[in-house]
Amino acid sequence: MKKYTYTEKKDTRSGFGAGLVEAGKRNDQVVALCADLIGSLKMDAFIKEFPDRFFQIGIAEANMMGIAAGLTIGGKIPFTGTFANFSTGRVYDQIRQSIAYSDKNVKICASHAGLTLGEDGATHQILEDIGMMKMLPGMTVINPCDYNQTKAATIAIAEHHGPVYLRFGRPVVPVFTDADQKFEIGKAWMVSEGTDVSIFATGHLVWKAIEAGEKLAEMGINAEIINIHTIKPLDEAAVLKSVAKTGCVVTAEEHNRYGGLGDSIAQVLTRNNPSPQEYVAVNDSFGESGTPDQLMKKYGLDTEDIISAVQRVLKRK
Amino acid sequence: MTPDIDKLTKIAAQVRRDIVRMVHGCQSGHPGGSLGCADYFVALYFHALKHNNKFDMDGRDEDLFFLSNGHISPVWYSVLARSGYFKISELATFRKLNSRLQGHPTTHEQLPGIRIASGSLGQGMSVAIGAALAKKLNNDVRLVFSLHGDGELQEGQTWEAAMYASHNKVDNIISAIDVNGQQIDGSTENVLSLGNLRAKWEAFGWEVLEMNGNDMTDVIRGLDLAISKTGKGRPIMILMQTMMGNGIDFMMHSHKWHGVAPNDEQLTLALAQVEETFGDY
Repeated sequence: MKKYTYTEKKDTRSGFGAGLVEAGKRNDQVVALCADLIGSLKMDAFIKEFPDRFFQIGIAEANMMGIAAGLTIGGKIPFTGTFANFSTGRVYDQIRQSIAYSDKNVKICASHAGLTLGEDGATHQILEDIGMMKMLPGMTVINPCDYNQTKAATIAIAEHHGPVYLRFGRPVVPVFTDADQKFEIGKAWMVSEGTDVSIFATGHLVWKAIEAGEKLAEMGINAEIINIHTIKPLDEAAVLKSVAKTGCVVTAEEHNRYGGLGDSIAQVLTRNNPSPQEYVAVNDSFGESGTPDQLMKKYGLDTEDIISAVQRVLKRK
Repeated sequence: MTPDIDKLTKIAAQVRRDIVRMVHGCQSGHPGGSLGCADYFVALYFHALKHNNKFDMDGRDEDLFFLSNGHISPVWYSVLARSGYFKISELATFRKLNSRLQGHPTTHEQLPGIRIASGSLGQGMSVAIGAALAKKLNNDVRLVFSLHGDGELQEGQTWEAAMYASHNKVDNIISAIDVNGQQIDGSTENVLSLGNLRAKWEAFGWEVLEMNGNDMTDVIRGLDLAISKTGKGRPIMILMQTMMGNGIDFMMHSHKWHGVAPNDEQLTLALAQVEETFGDY
């Protein structure tokens, strides 16, 4: 098991904020929109740097998506910012018609995704967003794992033409990926090579998969850990190559087990190499108020849950 | 340039023939609102818009038009073809398999002239505002036009957009509402009353104008007046009174022809009422 350490914890949304400023410096066509959540989305630095390229929309997310679509007509590259819940479910039809079907170069940037939003509770803890977004033809869906990867992803999507859903979160989590990494959309990242089981993880679950991998190694289980930061388009070759070696799979995500990363992996395996798979995901329920750590534990998304999923899937090999 | 009202009226007659023939040809589509807006579209594309017939998605340094109530696509397609965006023969493919003329307008099939998909109602004003903001960022002095149905105002997003445009002084946009008082299930008065539209739009901070959308002279006057009022810190709204089905007597005075195609006999009756002026497709 490759060793990973970290010296600090940061929130992925701050990685987005830093990446947005950098993307704005690199390309003066980059503009940003926000629906009354500037502080939560960490957009202050962009606004300070580029006040004329920022649009405060107010609490009107549908209008924000439409305005973003319109801004692309004239060559702008709009980044919308609000919570994941209001970036997807609330505006699904606007995204579908005005952005995805119209093939508009809008970057839908969504913070506070999943249970780790915490105390605000289930009204705000969306666990269905990956599913909704990945079903839209032409939509790229990205869920980075730490501050550095989120920053790199934000810069990368500005250079990619087409609609993108970028999902990140609220809590501080270990920063363990390289600060100067190049983010390749659609390319899985080999976190640690192994032979016994493939763990495909996305977002906040990547660090937990690393923690699980270390404990599994102590138990004599050599897990391969792969970070699927781009859920669509999925790096099918990387998935199949890994499973050809290990023969079984655990998927880990902060999302409903219906429609998320696990289902994307399962579909690839079903078509190519049917293999035992266990899901670490929310079991088709809404969340509730609590601290992020309490919620991840209660809803089965913790390090221990990955370990037990590995133990279960190994018995099915 | 002094508009040739007679010529514009003749083009509108041909457009009305196109609409009825297109809807008849596929036995589906929305003739009522299309006919009602024929004069507006002709005045827009043959008089008001400063546009390039060679289509470019970004539309820099030209006026842009967005149709929010996408179901009146027949009138838009006819006017786009008649003003040179694509061959008029393509109108025969409307709503048929493998056509660029989809039931509702879309960029997906790359039909020249279309910059956004519309059909699911209420989204067009937001898009038009976005395009208007891009023009300001690009120091592009051209204007953005948009058209909306009156029933469509029942969608809340329009009012989000209305609030945004006045607060942010988006004064390079000229929106129009097709006030025909009809929607699928009946009159707007019966389905969900729109109240005093002038007072509503004024309360939202827009400059409000009115015109008779079925009188070519008045449409020209209204559009010219609207253009003269741009750049003064307020978005412009034209409340355009029209008659759904205008030009075909049996399609007027009712909501029945909102989304119904004429049969062969009705087509003959309809075509007898509008002169073939520039040649059928």
